[in-house]
Amino acid sequence: MFELHKISLKYRKQTVLKDVSLTIRQGESVALVGPSGAGKSTLLKHLRSLQAAKVAWCPQHAGLVPMLSAYHNMYMGGLSRHSALYNLANLLRPLAIPKAELQTLAQSLALDAELYSRVDELSGGQQQRVAIGRALYQQQAIFIGDEPVSAVDAIQADKMLSLISQRHQTIVLALHDTEQALRVCQRIIGLKDGAIAFDLPSAQVTAEQLAALYQA
Amino acid sequence: MNVKTRPHNNTRLKLSLWLALTGFIALLFADIDIHRASPSQELLRMGQGLMAPNFWSYREIASSAFNTLAFALQGMALASAAGFVLALLYRHPLVRGFCAFIRAIHELFWALIFIQLFGLSPLTGLLAIAIPYAGTLAKIYGELFEETEAAPRNNLLQSAGLSAFFYTTLPLAWRPLLQYTSYRFECAIRSSIVLGFVGLPTLGYHLETALGNGQYNDAAALLYVLLAIVLSLRWWLKKALLPGYLIAALIYLPPTAHFSWANIARFLSEDIIPAPLRNKTNTDYVAVFDWLAMLWQQQILPGVTSTLILSQIALLLTAILSLAWFPLNSRQFFSPLKRSLGDGFLIIARTLPEYLLAFIGLLLLGPSMLPAILALGIHNGAIIAHLLGRYSGELVLREDACTGINRYSYEILPRVYRQFLAFLLYRWEVIMRETAILGMLGIGTLGFYIDSAFEEFRFDRAMLLILCAAILNIIADILARTLRQRLHLRPSPETL
Repeated sequence: MFELHKISLKYRKQTVLKDVSLTIRQGESVALVGPSGAGKSTLLKHLRSLQAAKVAWCPQHAGLVPMLSAYHNMYMGGLSRHSALYNLANLLRPLAIPKAELQTLAQSLALDAELYSRVDELSGGQQQRVAIGRALYQQQAIFIGDEPVSAVDAIQADKMLSLISQRHQTIVLALHDTEQALRVCQRIIGLKDGAIAFDLPSAQVTAEQLAALYQA
Repeated sequence: MNVKTRPHNNTRLKLSLWLALTGFIALLFADIDIHRASPSQELLRMGQGLMAPNFWSYREIASSAFNTLAFALQGMALASAAGFVLALLYRHPLVRGFCAFIRAIHELFWALIFIQLFGLSPLTGLLAIAIPYAGTLAKIYGELFEETEAAPRNNLLQSAGLSAFFYTTLPLAWRPLLQYTSYRFECAIRSSIVLGFVGLPTLGYHLETALGNGQYNDAAALLYVLLAIVLSLRWWLKKALLPGYLIAALIYLPPTAHFSWANIARFLSEDIIPAPLRNKTNTDYVAVFDWLAMLWQQQILPGVTSTLILSQIALLLTAILSLAWFPLNSRQFFSPLKRSLGDGFLIIARTLPEYLLAFIGLLLLGPSMLPAILALGIHNGAIIAHLLGRYSGELVLREDACTGINRYSYEILPRVYRQFLAFLLYRWEVIMRETAILGMLGIGTLGFYIDSAFEEFRFDRAMLLILCAAILNIIADILARTLRQRLHLRPSPETL
């Protein structure tokens, strides 16, 4: 799916990842963990750029269109499946098929009451769920998410993550909550100081290894 | 200690000095005499007229007011639709150049051209407004689209294409786009009024007659109607009502014209071809060169020179007046009551078109550059002062800040100066455009020669001169943009 061989990546002209090699196979669920500034976001953006049109993408900053409804923001995930004319008609007035699809999706995201509200009137957690909804509605086999549930409360976060797991074959997530990462993903990659500190199946990761990541 | 001045401050100071210097040098070459014996007497008569407006010819007033609105509505409808489409293609350099060209030609010049093709018809008025406005709107819309946040678009599977545009870029730019369009509608009303001065049946037509004949009571009535229309815009210009207004305008004044194709064909294939080239069998290049040299020497050079001189003086006056007037609309200097009075003056001065002010000035002071300078300075100074006053009102000063002239010079002026320069540079292009036009009132700028060429049916000369005016405007446009970028000034386009 993804193969990186000795790759260095820059963020704002500063090298944040040096000589990183990494292979992610189809069907894997991978969590990137590590302190902030370790290069998680940069790595995810790079992975997405390798197959931008095949990846359901959920960025750290939601990047919603504030003046449109949650419905339209989520529908945006499916723009490329329809003609411009169809999309335009749906912008003026929600069309029956996407309306039914997104109502179901909104229910599973606990957003059914807010579906037709402008997203700038929603709370941070609700906005993040809209962004997840948009990514889910992209309906791709690969999901890449950068802290997709950081603003959602713990119980809902697990629900969201399992929803994401159910609907995608391959998952790559950056998560600051290491326990959450261990619960959701089969493979954990620890990043520190621009390099891979460890890359292990979840079951083999020790508490010491995790603690070492976050020590200065 | 090594003291370094910040480069921007330095360049700002330099720019200000250059503007002042060129303004004063231009003043040395300008004809600013007063040619009327007793301007104060005429002014008194005008004042009396303002006190006793004559609304008796209300039918005429109403029909010319409706015509004014109909031209503005139809022109803006066509311009915003065309401008929107052009804005979608605005990345393309050819489209950019095309837009720059059509907006560089003033609506009055477009009107003079279309009058030759379609006579004094509604179609002429519609096109004269729609074409240059489409160019301006395309530019502003295009810039608004480019400035929208990129994140929402980049999160999509495909960030290019029409669907992505309508779901991300357009909603993000929608509010400023509407604000700017409604501001432009106000400008379109002013343009529509001024079109009356070349014969279209708007308020300007009757204003010219009344003012020219010294019927100041009639003129006052027209002036009050003009002010009432523009100042009441915010109450009746509603998005939901626009389709209704547009349909009414189309029914009231259908954009038609009586014209003959033969006439148009002759204009395009013969009249506008330089005279020495019309003889197709035997092209005499020496004659063409002589023709160009003669025009260059007798019309283009003097026209361009006085356009530059007049616009630099007007720019300087605009700068001085806006700095002197902005406290009138500033919370920092006046109580709300006094401020509303001060701003009232600024709004009225801003609402009256430069062309009308210059026309009144000519009646008072006689033919020289002075009326044009005053008209441009007052109108543009009021626009900047109004905006700058509002901007300065948002500044938060410390509790014990000084008052009066000290507050002005130590607290406020340094803080608003950057914004002031940004506004001024933007108005520079506008002043240049208007200066050329004011020549049609008899002042020796390019407009004078263009108007004369049309009167003599020398359309080949008229076209060449209009082209020169357009090139001048395009240069000013580019120069102002470069300066703004270099000084890191970016005025929001909301009301400029």
